[in-house]
Amino acid sequence: MEKRAHFSGWTLPLLLILPQMAITVIFFYLPASQAIWQSFLREDAFGLASEFVGLENYAALFEQPEYYRAMITTVIFSTLVAFFSLAVALLLATQADKNIRGGHAFKTLLIWPYAVAPAIAGVLWMFMFHPTLGTLGRPLNVMGFNWNPMLDGTDAMILLVLSATWKHVSYNFLFFLAGLQAIPKSVIEAGAIDGAGPVRRFWTIVFPLLSPTTFFLLVVTIVYVFFETFGIIDAVTGGGPAGQTTTLVYKVYADGRSGGDLGLSAAQSVILMVIVIALTAIQFRYVERKVQY
Amino acid sequence: MAGVTLDTVRKIYAGNVEAVKGVSLAIDDGSFCVLVGPSGCGKSTLLRMIAGLETISDGSVKIGDRVVNQIEPADRDIAMVFQNYALYPHMTVYDNMAYGLRNRGTPKDEIEKRVKEAARILAIEPFLARKPRQLSGGQRQRVAMGRAIVRKPQVFLFDEPLSNLDAKLRVQMRVEIKRLQKALGVTSIYVTHDQVEAMTLSDKLVVMSGGQIEQVGSPAEVYRRPETRFVATFIGSPPMNILPGTVEGPGRVSVGGQSIAVTDIREGLTPGTAVEVGLRPEDVQAGAAGASSLAMDVDFVEELGATQLFHGKVAGADFVVQASTGQIAADIRKLTLSVDPANVHLFDPQTTKRLGRV
Repeated sequence: MEKRAHFSGWTLPLLLILPQMAITVIFFYLPASQAIWQSFLREDAFGLASEFVGLENYAALFEQPEYYRAMITTVIFSTLVAFFSLAVALLLATQADKNIRGGHAFKTLLIWPYAVAPAIAGVLWMFMFHPTLGTLGRPLNVMGFNWNPMLDGTDAMILLVLSATWKHVSYNFLFFLAGLQAIPKSVIEAGAIDGAGPVRRFWTIVFPLLSPTTFFLLVVTIVYVFFETFGIIDAVTGGGPAGQTTTLVYKVYADGRSGGDLGLSAAQSVILMVIVIALTAIQFRYVERKVQY
Repeated sequence: MAGVTLDTVRKIYAGNVEAVKGVSLAIDDGSFCVLVGPSGCGKSTLLRMIAGLETISDGSVKIGDRVVNQIEPADRDIAMVFQNYALYPHMTVYDNMAYGLRNRGTPKDEIEKRVKEAARILAIEPFLARKPRQLSGGQRQRVAMGRAIVRKPQVFLFDEPLSNLDAKLRVQMRVEIKRLQKALGVTSIYVTHDQVEAMTLSDKLVVMSGGQIEQVGSPAEVYRRPETRFVATFIGSPPMNILPGTVEGPGRVSVGGQSIAVTDIREGLTPGTAVEVGLRPEDVQAGAAGASSLAMDVDFVEELGATQLFHGKVAGADFVVQASTGQIAADIRKLTLSVDPANVHLFDPQTTKRLGRV
């Protein structure tokens, strides 16, 4: 069957794509081009005048040790969150894929965290692990662990990884579950007859067949950690203590809003934009073509 | 090599659904046993229980002298060919066949020898480096069989292996499976809903319906002497005609007032007893009215090339006659059929069991 629609004139098709185009232009291209333009400007302290400075903002950025530190923080943060959110989601999905009592409720409950707003998720975890008020943070200290995410950078990072992972497991879980369900049952059964135990079956049959899903989720998760964890960071640590949990995205906000240096902030946005474009390109190139088979 | 023995095997699913209702069956070492029946008759479930992919609710399954109820599929020394081939899509043909051997720690050169040998037998040597998706349906089917034979198992299990192939390939593969099984001499259990496959492949034919065995026998026995009305109408194509009738006396029944002679009739049936009279479309001939004949009104003719099917009614019931092309004029409206008493099958309308000599 011919799936393409045929239009006789130009008016209707243009009208149909107009809302989508308007949204894209107003909310994506306009701010993006403004950011690019802004990254070449320097504003005075009161925001009354601005002058064109060329690449000076970029040059200043790459001279900042804080910028490199934010980069390293981002890499550590995203590696940890990507690893844990993928691993936990895969573990849960393989369990949910079995015929278990109450499996449906289990699946539904697992999806809930995805519906929680990032800032709320952050606040939730912050209270739970608050060193003196938290239902979990206080017992930790009572038990003798020196737990204080407000003072200790490592503790703060652990807390962020926990909350960001918790929130993203749902998403990865859904995709892994769908991926697992797409593997024909008879292939697994053939593996069982071929003498592979459950663990070997998983690593030699299931996992390779899931690799397109895994790769897709890896890219999506990295994008998530880079950009969407802003709300969590802002609610839990505010980039601290002493900038130790300031990621690239959080630094854009911190330099622009709090620091008032719009040009420098814009230059960082542009770099992030380049990163996300590269990630998307990788995804299109490899995921669309399927990875393994 | 080993035979397979089933002893009152049952499968009860959650919700008390009984899919297999106490099946007992002995399959001789080296024989080819086909389980045939309509969908939902429990034949696949039974096969999967033998494979170990379904738990056995009750009864026992023996492979050789060993009860395998609690033994993992991998340790039952069986190989299975699945309907959708179930090849590992991410492995090459070679790896697909080697996988089971590697899992068992077979030495590398032995694996290579066995895979090459299987590939040679199945004529898939040129494809060893390819992935399953680069193969046609028939080639994939061969790989699936190759994966089964490299393991040199005690028993082959086939779960409708040909139903995804086109008609022509199916006939070709059917012959190959039969030849391969004869050459290897491995006990085989084959599930199908196709009665032609069942007839042609089996040494032992098991007809199932509703989770039970209807009849077990050689294909010829099952065809010549069906034990129930179900078997009579399921085996044979086009299916056997069933006409309502009554017993007239010893060796004679009446169909719509027309009397025909019957050889295989139970003794002591009271005249007037209602019976079902079964006649195969290929067992009746056009002939003159005589001591054992039926009148038929012909509605239309189906052409099959070598034969023609005459559809119509005998004594108010639908009736089909198969005749070699040209034997009967295609435009005939009234047909007189002569019936060989040896070819008449009688069934009890209530129990649907055969009313033959005991």
